[in-house]
Amino acid sequence: MQDAVTAITADHAPGRSHGGERLRLIWRNIFPFVVVGAIWEIIAWSGIFPRRLFPTLEDVAASFVNLTITGILPHHAIDTLIRLLSGFALAAIVGVTVGVLMGRSRRAEDILLPLVSIGAPIPGLAYAPLFLLWFGLGNLSSVLLVGFVSAFPIIFNSWTGVKAVKEIWVRSAQAMGADDRRLFRHVVFPGALPYILTGLRLGLAQAWRILVAVEMLAAVPWGLGWLIFGARKFLNTDTMMAGIVVIALIGLALEKFVFQKIEDYTVVRWGMISS
Amino acid sequence: MTETGSRRRCLVRGTLSLLVTAAAYEALARSGYFAPALLPTLPTIAHTLFAGLADGSLIEHAAFTLYRVMFGFALSVVVGLPLGILMARFQSVENFLLPLVSAMMPIPSFALVPLFMLWFGIGNLTTILIVFYAATFPMIFNTWSGVRSVNPIWLRAAGAMGADERKLFWKVIIPGASPFIITGMRQAFLRAWIAVVGAEMIAASDWGLGWVIFDAKEFLNTDTMLASLIVIGIIGFVFERFVFGSLERTTVMRWGMVRAAKG
Repeated sequence: MQDAVTAITADHAPGRSHGGERLRLIWRNIFPFVVVGAIWEIIAWSGIFPRRLFPTLEDVAASFVNLTITGILPHHAIDTLIRLLSGFALAAIVGVTVGVLMGRSRRAEDILLPLVSIGAPIPGLAYAPLFLLWFGLGNLSSVLLVGFVSAFPIIFNSWTGVKAVKEIWVRSAQAMGADDRRLFRHVVFPGALPYILTGLRLGLAQAWRILVAVEMLAAVPWGLGWLIFGARKFLNTDTMMAGIVVIALIGLALEKFVFQKIEDYTVVRWGMISS
Repeated sequence: MTETGSRRRCLVRGTLSLLVTAAAYEALARSGYFAPALLPTLPTIAHTLFAGLADGSLIEHAAFTLYRVMFGFALSVVVGLPLGILMARFQSVENFLLPLVSAMMPIPSFALVPLFMLWFGIGNLTTILIVFYAATFPMIFNTWSGVRSVNPIWLRAAGAMGADERKLFWKVIIPGASPFIITGMRQAFLRAWIAVVGAEMIAASDWGLGWVIFDAKEFLNTDTMLASLIVIGIIGFVFERFVFGSLERTTVMRWGMVRAAKG
């Protein structure tokens, strides 16, 4: 997933030397969007589809600007982000704790692994109606569901990471007199960190993918998923498109500024990922 | 000997933990602390599951879901595989498609469900298209990086031995990229499986496991919900373990590619 972004930035890099080259590269990245936009406009203006269902780009842009100025779109976006972060924080705390516990203690592994492997292959969204019945409509169930779903990759990766810490490091630290706490803080945890970070990245991606659908189902008062879903009832296709654009922008930002940064950090610090 | 011993202990502990969890759930369900409609006992769930299997309704729902997911998945392979290969082989295709793909990839497929419902109505077409959208991107990306990562020495060696374009493609590039392609299929199916359940819930067709779960919520049929959840889990597990596992064994492992990919 991150490969694409890497590739684009990599494409940009050599162009920095002189301006003309750089402009050409920018144009090369924009060109496909211009083509697709033009095709969209032609279809929208041709009248094959009703304008209500297939709005022109101007309509979408107008409703985007309108909704942004009135503060409706930012409000939806902020609520979605808060939900994403609280769900993810829950998953990170629980997931890393459980994963590390499973990696360190044989007993915990034997007890928890069957439960985790049974829960993991069920698509998270399938739990949504159950959570809605148990915890009611609204914020609580959506945050809990997002946390529950994104905890699985975090658990699996932390577990693998702790198990992948070289036995020799642990034994030499013990031979040098490290107690359990120091062993954990200075050997096991740093050794497992690349895996844990990968797990966090996967968990956040999963949380993001599921959150939009959860918002549609859980009837939260504000949120981008709800905005899109609600707009359908009034045939406000332009509002829907504006919402999708914001979702795409947040997704891109997450990928570029969060996932990419996490990966760079691990690459630079540990040299775990080559190339 | 110690290996079998530890394996047996692992098995015993695993079974034990499942039994304890089941017992705890049963105790909670029977305690009367929660409404039985919300927390049905295990025998009730089992009864619903077998009743659904016996009268064929659950099987029919599963068949609809499987039809949608397989159709969308097949479509994504048919589209994603050639696109990925073209992107890796031709610079101009890559230049054109990569920005588009990178921009569309972070949009969760569910965000498009309401739009697709307006465009294509509710039912099969919308669900299949959502599955297709969700599954295509992992397919494209893995194929693309797989073909790009084919060892250039192999290409040059085959070229030096007189392989033409077609032979090079079928005998070197495709087998060389196959570990990535199969990983792509795996990821694509996983995404497709998530997407189909969600799309069925939101786009409310008449059949399908996702729809059963969502519909059961309206009538507080928690036992039906849990029974369908079990079916969904089993199907997902079977595909992941047996279908893709055996696909991997018959292709990549037989060609001795896996070690190259993982090494």
